[in-house]
Amino acid sequence: MALSQKTKETLLGPLNTNNPIVVQVLGICSALAVTVQLKPALVMSISVTIIVALANVIVSLIRNTIPMRIRIIVQLVVVAALVTLVSEVLKAFAYDVAMQLSVYIGLIITNCILMGRLEAFAMTNKVWDSFLDGLGNGLGYSIILVVVAFVRELFGSGTLFGIRIIPESWYVANGGFYENCGLMVMPAMALILVACVIWFHRSINKESK
Amino acid sequence: MFKRLYKKVEELRPLFAEGGKLHAFHSLFDGFDTFLFTPSTPAGKVGAQIHDGKDSKRTMIMVVMALVPALLFGMYNVGYQHFLATGELVRGSVTCDLFWKAFGFGFLAVLPYILVSYIVGLGIEFTVAQWKKEEIQEGFLVTGFIIPLIVPIDTPLWMVALAVAFAVIFAKEVFGGTGYNIWNVALIARVFLFFAYPTHMSGDSVFVRTSGTWGWDEGKTLVDGFSGATPLGQLATTSDATLIPVDFWTAFNGLIPGSVGETCCWAILLGACLLLTTGVASWKTMLSVFAGGAITAWLFNAFGPDTAIAHLPWYMHLVLGGFAFGAVFMATDPVTSARTETGKWIYGFLIGVVAIVVRVLNPGYPEGMMLAILLMNTCAPLIDWCVVQSNINKRMKRSQKKEVAL
Repeated sequence: MALSQKTKETLLGPLNTNNPIVVQVLGICSALAVTVQLKPALVMSISVTIIVALANVIVSLIRNTIPMRIRIIVQLVVVAALVTLVSEVLKAFAYDVAMQLSVYIGLIITNCILMGRLEAFAMTNKVWDSFLDGLGNGLGYSIILVVVAFVRELFGSGTLFGIRIIPESWYVANGGFYENCGLMVMPAMALILVACVIWFHRSINKESK
Repeated sequence: MFKRLYKKVEELRPLFAEGGKLHAFHSLFDGFDTFLFTPSTPAGKVGAQIHDGKDSKRTMIMVVMALVPALLFGMYNVGYQHFLATGELVRGSVTCDLFWKAFGFGFLAVLPYILVSYIVGLGIEFTVAQWKKEEIQEGFLVTGFIIPLIVPIDTPLWMVALAVAFAVIFAKEVFGGTGYNIWNVALIARVFLFFAYPTHMSGDSVFVRTSGTWGWDEGKTLVDGFSGATPLGQLATTSDATLIPVDFWTAFNGLIPGSVGETCCWAILLGACLLLTTGVASWKTMLSVFAGGAITAWLFNAFGPDTAIAHLPWYMHLVLGGFAFGAVFMATDPVTSARTETGKWIYGFLIGVVAIVVRVLNPGYPEGMMLAILLMNTCAPLIDWCVVQSNINKRMKRSQKKEVAL
């Protein structure tokens, strides 16, 4: 099945030229909070992608029956239900990661990307398009999260997915010269890294300024 | 002599001009040219001139000259503390030989920091200038000189290099280069080190060079009971609420552990005299920092909690740690400080207040000067805005009153 131009745009746009974090500047808070290590960042990315895609589908399905005045509440109920489901699944099958992410799974409800996509896209588009849009935005969010978490875990802890990359013998404590950069573990550095990603992105995509 | 040098430089000029062989290095050439001579674009002979052809490099070089006493003394103190730790030297009995030995040791220990700071920082500056096709910006002359003076002498060089790169790129170049930065660049380098590598920036094992330098005096055993804690470090960790680690004149003289250039108050005062007589730094900022610090410390003496640091006499606060250095060289940075005259008083005063409050009330940070200056750097535009706004309001009222009277 070849994707039509419009479908491609909906699905792949958010990965690059319409990225939710670096272009729409949504969902920054969670990008700062969960990117200290790769594993929680990845779990968070998958959860958000699933939730955005499904919430988009559900809201798009019922979009014509939602009264305009209470649409935000309806959207919130849909998102909250999905978040609770994901949270329960994580607790059942990946307990340690769920504990690491603690409140941030619950806080997906407040992630701006969700409300943003529901309001801006799902309320006015068909189901299939909405699904693609949700998937695309979730993946766009994931890319940035993984890139930031990669840098933060590598330089902040010397590991990737908990596996040691920078040898123990390099560290000052073991007679070497190296030291982890403590700033990488702090939220401030995540902000600077996101800024760097934005900087890089804008310099290669002149038109998205 | 000067004329010959000038001729030589002029002969070289075409090489670096557009189309010349070495055009790729033209910003380097321009940089050194204006550093050595007055720029070739002086004020015109006709018309009103707001300012002459004086380059900001002239101002910068004044600050560097003002920093030299602190640097030289810092070098001596590094050696002094080292030989004190190895027992080769006893406090109060320094012979001429020992003096030069200590100075030589300190010189060799500090030199790599200056080189690393300048090579990394200027490297980035020249690259950016070349890339953006701009004139080389000279702000790093001072920054690069200050950074070695405000780090502990045992900081690994690669960390300094990383911090300098971070500071120059993220505190300066992204804001538009020299004159546009919000925060003092040298302090950003230090704050990077402080939060990224806290074990190398505080504690009692980093402020005195206990190993050798360049293989000289390597592997010496230390004297019994040696402690490399700075006076402020001792105050932060002690349980004895009456402790006064050093007397005033020892601290003023500066033969105590600390970051390279911050310990000696008379060397800093010498620099302050130069800065004030040439009008490079604002006496209002400088004075109000000391005033703010002294008053806050005095208030803690009178009403503060029952800890050693709160009981420390107010005049001791002014001579310990980086207070004097920060007040003279960093708070007065014309780019990042307040620009209105009333604003300078407020800005300086608040730096003094915050620095002492952090020292006394936060046991995690024995020294608060760095954080105080950075915080007030952030607030400086706000202070200026308030001052200007209150002036506008005052004048508005005055003119309205006149209108009513008429």
